[in-house]
Amino acid sequence: MNFLFYPLTLVTFFPLLGVLMILFFKAGQKDAVRWVALVTSLITFGISIAVLAQFNPADPDLQLVVNLPWIQVAGWNIAYHMGVDGLSILLLLLTTFLTPLSILSTWSAVEERVKDFMVFFLLLEMGMVGVFLAQDLFLFYIFWEFTLVPMYFLIGVWGGPRRIYAAIKFFLYTMAGSILMLLAILWLGIRGGTFSVPELVAGSASIPANIQFWLFLAFAAAFAIKVPMWPLHSWLPDAHVEAPTAGSVILAGVLLKMGTYGFLRFNLPLFPQATVQLAPWLAALAVIGILYGAAVSYAQQDVKKLVAFSSVSHLGFVMLGLFALNPQGIQGGILQMVNHGLSTGALFLIVGMIYERRHTRDMEAFGGLWKVMPVYGALTLIVTLSSMGLPGLNGFVGEFTILLGAWTAGQADYPLGSYWFAGLSAIGVILAAVYMLYMFQKLFLGPLSREENRALKDLSWREIATLAPLVVFIFWIGLYPRPFFTLMAPAVERLVAIVGSAAVAGLP
Amino acid sequence: MTLNDLASNLAATLPLSFLLAWACLLLLADLWIPAGRKGLTAALAALGLAVSLVLSLAQVGRFQPAFNGLVVVDGYAVFLSVLFQGSGLLGIALAYDYLKRMELARGEYYTLLLFSVAGMMLMALAADLIVVFLALEMLSLPLYVLAGFARPRLDSEEAALKYFLLGAYAGGFVLFGVALTFGATGTTALAGVLSAVNSGQANLTLLTVGAALILIGLGFKVAAVPFHMWTPDVYQGAPSAVTAFMAVGAKAGGFAALLRIFVAALPALALDLTPVLWTLSALTMILGNVVAIAQGNIKRLLAYSSIAHAGYILMAVVAFGQAGVAADAVAAALFYLLAYAFTNFGAWAVVIALERAAGQGLELKDYAGLGARHPGLAACMAVFMLSFTGVPPTLGFVGKFYLFRAVLEGGFIGLALIGVLTSLVSAYYYLRVVVIMYMQPGEPQVRREPWLTLTAFGSAVATVLLVIFSTPLFNWASQAVLRLF
Repeated sequence: MNFLFYPLTLVTFFPLLGVLMILFFKAGQKDAVRWVALVTSLITFGISIAVLAQFNPADPDLQLVVNLPWIQVAGWNIAYHMGVDGLSILLLLLTTFLTPLSILSTWSAVEERVKDFMVFFLLLEMGMVGVFLAQDLFLFYIFWEFTLVPMYFLIGVWGGPRRIYAAIKFFLYTMAGSILMLLAILWLGIRGGTFSVPELVAGSASIPANIQFWLFLAFAAAFAIKVPMWPLHSWLPDAHVEAPTAGSVILAGVLLKMGTYGFLRFNLPLFPQATVQLAPWLAALAVIGILYGAAVSYAQQDVKKLVAFSSVSHLGFVMLGLFALNPQGIQGGILQMVNHGLSTGALFLIVGMIYERRHTRDMEAFGGLWKVMPVYGALTLIVTLSSMGLPGLNGFVGEFTILLGAWTAGQADYPLGSYWFAGLSAIGVILAAVYMLYMFQKLFLGPLSREENRALKDLSWREIATLAPLVVFIFWIGLYPRPFFTLMAPAVERLVAIVGSAAVAGLP
Repeated sequence: MTLNDLASNLAATLPLSFLLAWACLLLLADLWIPAGRKGLTAALAALGLAVSLVLSLAQVGRFQPAFNGLVVVDGYAVFLSVLFQGSGLLGIALAYDYLKRMELARGEYYTLLLFSVAGMMLMALAADLIVVFLALEMLSLPLYVLAGFARPRLDSEEAALKYFLLGAYAGGFVLFGVALTFGATGTTALAGVLSAVNSGQANLTLLTVGAALILIGLGFKVAAVPFHMWTPDVYQGAPSAVTAFMAVGAKAGGFAALLRIFVAALPALALDLTPVLWTLSALTMILGNVVAIAQGNIKRLLAYSSIAHAGYILMAVVAFGQAGVAADAVAAALFYLLAYAFTNFGAWAVVIALERAAGQGLELKDYAGLGARHPGLAACMAVFMLSFTGVPPTLGFVGKFYLFRAVLEGGFIGLALIGVLTSLVSAYYYLRVVVIMYMQPGEPQVRREPWLTLTAFGSAVATVLLVIFSTPLFNWASQAVLRLF
């Protein structure tokens, strides 16, 4: 098999090569293992850039498709089917972009069992990339469930004091949703005679509306837990807080997006009538998530938990955008997925940096850090403002587009049917400013009241190198988002058309 | 039957007849093998199984009744025979060093194992209810003895006695059921029962009662709820190598008979018996998984886990009455038994590696620190725990996928839901083993022995790689049921 013809296979399984190489190192060769892991992830990023280069933004269909029959016996129709389109290209790039940065952040953070850590991390990357590229439900499910295993180990072995509780909760909670999705996948496969997503989407109009309803809910169970949507979010604070820094970055930056991507790739095109029927409900849950996440964030003492709850709030925006079911909403949602990955990923890196120095995350233990760590303060300010949605930075572009989409959908006879969705979410923007600025003020501003904080060293070159690429994109997306929108636009238009036409067809 | 007929019948069932002859000869030959060299008996037993395996593989694709229709050599029989021979080989691999270590090294172990495998093979070949009973006894009696092999340890003797008494009782149920079937249809041949029912000459009420009694007896064998009470004590008390073999072999043997009898002969009773099977399957899955959570001894945990897996396979039996679905269900059950065999032998290999003399090293807390001290072995055990749970990319997941598909095809959505929810519950206690291995410090003592390590690593590799290369297995399993009738 000539892998040059199958860049998607290469980008998915290249981390596995890294894993195999690392397995041959001895436990003591920590630096060698770190470099091998970093180089592997950088090469994987390079391959994903090559995928981007071959990607034709004007084409709404799946591109670079690999479709090899896998299990075609005994009435099974399972293929090794991978493809990338406007919906997944940005998420693929986000994954391969965040992984090397996370690995770079572990240089001083992870000292024990570095070899095992890198093995699990690269396996996780393979799983995540596979999730975004899989076009066969069986293959998708394998990658989806598989990501649980390395993440579970990463939290459980290298995490904080309550890591085992957090790891088991994460695993069981996520598996509960996915296992319901498994039944729905089986049902679709039996009825449709195939597990191939494009073929199932083409036949989606033939599923009766009441059955679509239950299938939608089964898939939504898995994805809503992953996003996480209120009220299925309680695994998130524990998992995020207890995970090691690199684990939190990847968890927030990529794994949560797997949930929102799942809605986009499966729920919307496969069950369009159910989507239109349930859109207001899911949007309502999204709005509750926005407001709840923001309010609870503000109440936190632990800065990592504050950022964790902010994820619930931000992804509420994404979900609102998706269920506005119009191009602005969905494009805004996808862009905001990327934005959240960048800014919250950066926030977790930042929290990790201060934790490495002071071994506490209690906001009371800080204050006035800007005086001793100016570079750190500056970078944190940029990331905080980005997370808040300051115009000129990436968060604003995403949030604005989402709110525009939600407003448009709020007109009568449109999916959401009420302006309250957009209205209440706009309050969420203000609340985001509240807790983010509160965090910044608590950590960086004010008098330098603690002695321990005086001796803190500013960021090293490695740490700046970890944050700098994120800051570059924060500005790029904020000032010139056009290239990102053009990548997604055709695929999103096609998706909206599928949902719109089938939904209209199904209306009595 | 003329001598010619006898010869041709024996030739048709050559793997079985060869194995039986070999076992008898080995029993004799063992008398001349000195007490310290019982490894030779093991090697000879393994050789016999290997030859039998090759002979079975040569029979793939055949359909041939033998012994006047008492047995039938078809794809189903061959698939299961290969499974049993493989289990026997792995059983010998696990026992080789274990018996020496526990000072149980007696040659009879291996010959009893061979007889048991022969009984299991006969179960798979059986086309007549009397032969089913014969095979049941033939596979069980050696297991009763093997369970008590570690005498004078009390728990081993208790296990043997419990197993024997309850097993004999259950065998009585099967025999009574066979008698009632004979009374209802005038024949004990499965094909004859089917034709009697189809032609309307059978007494359906009597037949239903007979079938229910057979279900009870075979339910005991596969450890279905509420016939499962013996399983934890017997699995815990018996020597671990015996338990490993029993957990796969006896269970597969019971299912071999159950599937063939219900799918081939009794589909007409589906209306009455499907709800019964549904309930049995649901209860087995629920009880097996829930009680396993409370276990602190790895042998008891694996015993309850094996009860739970019997529940999953029973899901396939539930669909026995629906024509198109039944074939799929049987194929799924065969595939799952194979996946379960790999995973089970691997897990027990790790258990045996950690077991020390006199029942030490069998508590879950003895696994602490395995991830740090013996990463390879811990990784294997983690793979087996994931495979038992049904997490991709393991063979256990593919097996469950196949089973759930068959169940959904049959329309049993509620049962499938119970199946997935209990799988979720099982994740809790399987992951607990992984947590203890990787996330708790400790100094486990591990026995390094080549066959043990080979079994553990080989099973782990098979559990993962066969997912990618699963097409031949799927093919074989689905072909295996084509000529069931």
